[in-house]
Amino acid sequence: MQATYSSARILQPVRPWFVLLSLFGALILNFLPTSAWSWMPDWLALTLVFWSIREPRLVGMGAGFLLGLVMDVADASLMGQHALAYVLVTYAATALARRILWFPLWQQALHVLPLLLSVQLVQFAVRFVPEGQSPGLVYFVGPVLGALLWVPLTFVLLLPQYRPVEHDENRPI
Amino acid sequence: MDHQPPPFFKRGPAPLARLSFFAALSLALLFIDARFKTLELMRQGLSTLTQPIQQIAHSPVRLAENTSAYFSSISTFQEENLRLRRTQLDNASTLLRVRQLEAENDRLRRLLDIKSRQQASGQVAHLLYSARDPFSRRIVVDKGQQDRIQAGQPVIDDAGVVGQVTRVFPFVSEITLISDKDQAVPVQIVRNGLRSVVFGLGNGKLELRFMPANADVQNGDLLVTSGLDGVFLAGLPVARVVSIERDTSYSFARIHCEPVGGVENHGEIMILDPREALALPEQLTRENSGDAKTAPKQKIKRRALKRD
Repeated sequence: MQATYSSARILQPVRPWFVLLSLFGALILNFLPTSAWSWMPDWLALTLVFWSIREPRLVGMGAGFLLGLVMDVADASLMGQHALAYVLVTYAATALARRILWFPLWQQALHVLPLLLSVQLVQFAVRFVPEGQSPGLVYFVGPVLGALLWVPLTFVLLLPQYRPVEHDENRPI
Repeated sequence: MDHQPPPFFKRGPAPLARLSFFAALSLALLFIDARFKTLELMRQGLSTLTQPIQQIAHSPVRLAENTSAYFSSISTFQEENLRLRRTQLDNASTLLRVRQLEAENDRLRRLLDIKSRQQASGQVAHLLYSARDPFSRRIVVDKGQQDRIQAGQPVIDDAGVVGQVTRVFPFVSEITLISDKDQAVPVQIVRNGLRSVVFGLGNGKLELRFMPANADVQNGDLLVTSGLDGVFLAGLPVARVVSIERDTSYSFARIHCEPVGGVENHGEIMILDPREALALPEQLTRENSGDAKTAPKQKIKRRALKRD
C-alpha cells in the first residue's frame, strides 16, 4: 500500500482476480474488429501501464512479456514485437510509479502519454527499420487517445477498491 | 562462518536484471522469427489459446451481420436470385463450350505427348477477420490444417488473384494479400505476352518493377499470372495497369497497377490446391535410373490420395 500520494479517498487493497480480469478484458478489447483502425488505442498497453503504476509488485515485466507474446500471435506480427514493447513500458512504468502517483490525474495522463508513445515507437522501430513499411501517422494517434482515457480508466479500474464514504465522529480516518 | 540476515523484504531479482532478461529474450525471439522463421510451432501452440478468444471477440459483428441478413426483405432476395439465374444462363453457353474445348485440348495434348494442364480446383473459405498488424496486409480465413491447407497455396476470388497462404493453424489460416509490401506475383501481359513480376506496395496498389522505359506497356493492360513460379496456375487475372511514368533519367519505367480481384474487400475466397510439381526433363530422370522407376509410382500414389 502506498500511503504517500495525495488521494481524496482511502482505497481497499487490490484483489488479484480483478487485475487478471481487467487484463483479460483489455485483451478482448484489443481483439475486437474495431482495432483494424490503426488509431485505436492499445487497451492492453494502457491497462498494463495502469497496473504497473498502481501495483508494481503484482504486474510487471513478466506479465508484459507473456501478454506481449499473446498479442504477437493474435496480431500475426513478428514474434517478440509486442513482447519487447510491453516489457520496456512496464519497466518504465514501475520505475516511475512512485513519482507519477504524486500528481493529480490529468498530469498523470501527461506522464502516461510518452509511455504509450514508446510502445508504438518500439514496434515502429522493429518493423520499419528492416522492412520499410510504414502504417502512417495515424498509428501515433492511439497513444494520445489512450492518455486521454487515463482519467476514466483510473475511475473504472479503482471502482472495486473504493470504500463507501461513512463519516464516523469517533474515528480519525 | 558467513551469516546472512533473513530476507525481510522479498523483492526477487533487481528490476534492471529482470528488464535485461526479458528484453534479451524478446530480442532473441524477434531475431529468430525474422531470420529463420522457425517459431511456427510456438505460434501454433499459442494460437490454440488466442483463437477462441478472438472468435468470441468477433462474434458480435457476425451476429449483427446475420441479423441484418435475416431481416433483409424477401424482394431483395428474389431480385438477387433472378439476377444470379440470368448470369448463370449467360455463363452456361460459354461454360459448356469451355468444357468441350478442355476435353479437346486434353486429347490434342495427349496426341502431342505434352503434359496435360492441371485443372483448377480448390476449397471455398470464408473471411474471419483481417489481421490487426498495421504493418502488413493479411487476412485470416476459416480453413486450416484440418482441411489440409498448406502454406504457399494461391488464393483467388471471383475476379482474380487475392494472395497466398502464408501460415496455417489448426482451424484457420493466414493469407498474405498481393498488395502486401514486396509480395511478388509473376505475371504476363495478356495483349503481348510480355513477362514480368508485379510487387505489392503496401498501400493497396501494385507496381510492375524492372520494366525498361521503352517496354510495350499501355494503360489498361490486363496482367495475368504467367505460371512460371510453379505456384500460381497460368492465366489468372491479377491486375490492371493504371498509370505509367516514363522518366529518361531512370532506366526503368514506373508502372502502377490496381488489383483486379477484391483484394481489400471480400467475404468468400477460394484456396486453390497446390500445383503439381513441374516434371523433370526426361534426360534427368533417365540418368539416375533408380529414381526413374520410383517417380511414376509416386505420382500415381499422389493422384490416388487426391481422389480420396
